[in-house]
Amino acid sequence: MGILSSSIARKVAMALSAFFLMFFLLIHVSVNLVSVFSEDAFNTASHFMGTNPLIQYAMQPILLFGVIFHFVLGFVLELKNRNARVVKYYKNNGAANSTWMSRNMIFSGLVILAFIVLHFIDFWFPEVNYKYIAHLPEDPSRYYGELVHKFENPIRVGAYVVAFIFLALHLLHGFQSAFQSMGCNNKYTKYVKSFGKWYALLIPALFIFIALFHYFSH
Amino acid sequence: MNLTLKIWRQKSPEDKGKMVEYKVTDISEHMSFLEMLDVLNEQLVEANEEPVAFDHDCREGICGMCSLYINGEAHGPDRGITTCQLHMRMFNDGDTIYIEPWRAKAFPVIKDLIVDRTALDRIQQAGGFISVNTSGNTQDADAILISKHAADEAMDAATCIGCGACVATCKNSSAMLFVGAKISQYALLPQGQIEASDRVLNMVRQMDLEGFGNCTNTGACEIECPKGISLVNIARMNREFLKASLKG
Ligand code: HEM
Ligand code: SF4
Ligand code: FES
Repeated sequence: MGILSSSIARKVAMALSAFFLMFFLLIHVSVNLVSVFSEDAFNTASHFMGTNPLIQYAMQPILLFGVIFHFVLGFVLELKNRNARVVKYYKNNGAANSTWMSRNMIFSGLVILAFIVLHFIDFWFPEVNYKYIAHLPEDPSRYYGELVHKFENPIRVGAYVVAFIFLALHLLHGFQSAFQSMGCNNKYTKYVKSFGKWYALLIPALFIFIALFHYFSH
Repeated sequence: MNLTLKIWRQKSPEDKGKMVEYKVTDISEHMSFLEMLDVLNEQLVEANEEPVAFDHDCREGICGMCSLYINGEAHGPDRGITTCQLHMRMFNDGDTIYIEPWRAKAFPVIKDLIVDRTALDRIQQAGGFISVNTSGNTQDADAILISKHAADEAMDAATCIGCGACVATCKNSSAMLFVGAKISQYALLPQGQIEASDRVLNMVRQMDLEGFGNCTNTGACEIECPKGISLVNIARMNREFLKASLKG
């Protein structure tokens, strides 16, 4: 794998892609949050994100690459790590020395991946179809209605809530882990850890709040 | 106290091996875990059975030879100790105790509870040293000033006894706590600077070649390490590695 042939290089690559995803999540939740306050502002923001060439042709492909890179490397790491212990323990007390979150990144990751697939089918494919395949006329006020419509289905809202709980679990370990992977472990680490806890709980909680808000208010 | 032991028995590296159940009686709570195994082995020898093979040497927590995965934890349930320092008072009468060898692809079983840990030696040989001229004009080490802080941290890293508990306990069988400690003990001192790049690149390469896994920062190693080696050492190794890689 060239540059990724070393274990530490893989750790660093994992952390860099994770930082990028966490930054993206911050932007995503900000835009979604606007929908709670103002239909017009949400339409404006979404229209900007959906038509700005820099975002569409530069940021979007990078994001797509980042997501795929992160979970493919996650699978590679998981496989390599499973291979590093051929005979398993009869009795292993993992809970004695590590958190559930840290031992199950692949499972929380898989739930997030399943959600991303659903999310693509729900929002991204129709969006790409609308703009680039069907070439429908651009309507800057369509976004809010589409969003509200998606959150009418209780099953979808339920899946949404579950996925974001797993995202929180993923980030509860992941946020501080990414700093450690980059070699940052110093007198500021205790602040990184507490900020990470806030981030890991708050961002998914906001996504959940937005979904429930639209579900109950329409 | 009376105990039921479930112990991994394996005649040779090729043997498949299995868990075998034994009973021991009248174990004093003042005994160390290894002394309890000595009692079992005397019992087995008297019955003309093969005693259980396990590693040990100093029996005072400094050599790193004793190993054992006891009830699902490296060196058993206590903290900051090796197995020779584990007391039977940590257990209760009637307990069933599982005793297994360190498990990792890089630590193949030799016999019963003894595993081959020479992979750690080969990592050390790949760069865990400094080259000094010993032809008679060696500089006095005290002539080089070192801050108290750096000296303390280097000393802490150097207390690693190479027991391999970090590997055994890691869900990924990663040796990064060991390698991080071995790199840190030089990276923190002026004498270690000259060979710093080669050291970290070679030791990490050897670590990967031996088949250890990738660290995912679960922190289990730091908790189970008998010498309290901190994750800070892994972060330092990552920095050293990045620095050396970027320099090319
Ligand atoms: C928006 C989505 C996601 C975010 C924000 C995210 C974030 C993170 C973070 C911060 C880490 C810690 C990185 C490190 O320790 O260096 C991480 C690790 C990991 N992620 Fe994700 N992740 C996401 C999606 C996924 C998906 C879809 C998978 C797919 C299976 C996945 C699998 C993993 C695995 C296996 C690890 C552990 C690897 C390691 O710690 O070295 N993640 N993720
Ligand atoms: S880091 Fe700790 S657990 Fe690992 S080999 Fe050294 S002393 Fe043993
Ligand atoms: S026998 Fe030496 S550390 Fe246990």
